[in-house]
Amino acid sequence: MIEAVNLTKRFDDIVAVDHIHATIREGSVFGLIGTNGAGKSTFLRMAAGVLRPDEGTVTIDGMQVFENEEAKRRFFYISDDQYFFANATPLDMMQYYRIVYPGFDEERFHKLLANFGLDEKRRINTFSKGMKKQVSVVCGVCAMTEYLFCDETFDGLDPVMRQAVKSIFANDMEERNLTPIIASHNLRELEDICDHVGLLHRGGILLSRELDEMKMNIHKVQCVLREGCMPESLGLDIMKTERRGKLVTLTVRGSLNEVELRMQSADPVFYETIPLSLEEIFISETEVVGYDIKKIIF
Amino acid sequence: MILLDYKDSRPIYEQVVEKLQELMLLGVLEEDAQMPSVRSLATELSINPNTIQRAYGELERNGFLYTVKGRGSFVGSIRRLRESRREEFEEKLLTLAREAGNIGLSRAEFMEAAGKAYERGAPAPLPENEEKAADSSAWRDRASTDSRKGDEEG
Repeated sequence: MIEAVNLTKRFDDIVAVDHIHATIREGSVFGLIGTNGAGKSTFLRMAAGVLRPDEGTVTIDGMQVFENEEAKRRFFYISDDQYFFANATPLDMMQYYRIVYPGFDEERFHKLLANFGLDEKRRINTFSKGMKKQVSVVCGVCAMTEYLFCDETFDGLDPVMRQAVKSIFANDMEERNLTPIIASHNLRELEDICDHVGLLHRGGILLSRELDEMKMNIHKVQCVLREGCMPESLGLDIMKTERRGKLVTLTVRGSLNEVELRMQSADPVFYETIPLSLEEIFISETEVVGYDIKKIIF
Repeated sequence: MILLDYKDSRPIYEQVVEKLQELMLLGVLEEDAQMPSVRSLATELSINPNTIQRAYGELERNGFLYTVKGRGSFVGSIRRLRESRREEFEEKLLTLAREAGNIGLSRAEFMEAAGKAYERGAPAPLPENEEKAADSSAWRDRASTDSRKGDEEG
């Protein structure tokens, strides 16, 4: 389990991560989403022990991470800007990681590199951006760690590679209880693979919940109300109201049952409830705290 | 063995449940046959194994699947699956009947339309068990003649 308690990081006068409490359980996929500059990478860098927290703690299986080799053996961190030694080949990187990670699976490393069509004796700096990502992913899964931190790892991979990497993750989750922690902007993709999602905004966690539970507690209602009936009088927890002529579109919090009951009691001319995609949830939740596209465009 | 539709707004585990039920009804997954392991299905579909686990859990709760400890999951009662799908079907029919009423179809017209639709859409009724065995061997024969034909053409 990874646990962040009161975790805070400041860069000069900017609070990049602001008193975050979060728990990441084993055996599930944790998705980290957030607005640009929300502190996703900073959070991961503290969890990986690259940065020292200014306040609070982050622990992996009960151990502090910063400058603690024992804790660092439990995870592999694929950072957004990957680092390879100067003029290193994938083979050189493997030799290095083998020292750091006692469980490193060499046989698998050779096999996966061959499957990915990567030459293990070619210098990594001659590889394309996507190929470098592939090298990192292969190193990451072959390190056989309990946790794998992926900072926008999928974003540089082509669709075929994404599928391949997801399959590898799925296999490792079943086989050795791997816990991937994935920061990404591709919400559609996270929606398919995550069990749990943490939404960051301006250094704080807006919400952290099981994805299904999150989806069950927010709905979109399209309705045509009776003359004189205002949406505000429906008794719903409305996050957003949009009107197009008689048609009202509401984004509301609450379970489907609750919402339907309220709608029925108002006896509207017509209504239907639509589930929200993760992308829509993201937009609604950040809009409530003032992150609004309209403010950016106009 | 399953195709997922990522444009579908329903949760993926629901899609997996539905697709597996279809395979059972079509006889691709026969009663007491071993289900693919969670790992192999998750790897094949590139999705979270917990999603598959959840789908299997759902199927097991309804008795369409059973688990033998240490051996894996097996297809449960297909008869029960048919019965439950039948109930769902009747619910759908009710919605259609309501719609028929709304657009002013009489009972006779509704029945006639339903009859026509059945003739067009429903496959031949599934044979009983003994026949099914004969049937599947016939299918095999046909498949092998087909492949022979392919060889000759090639």
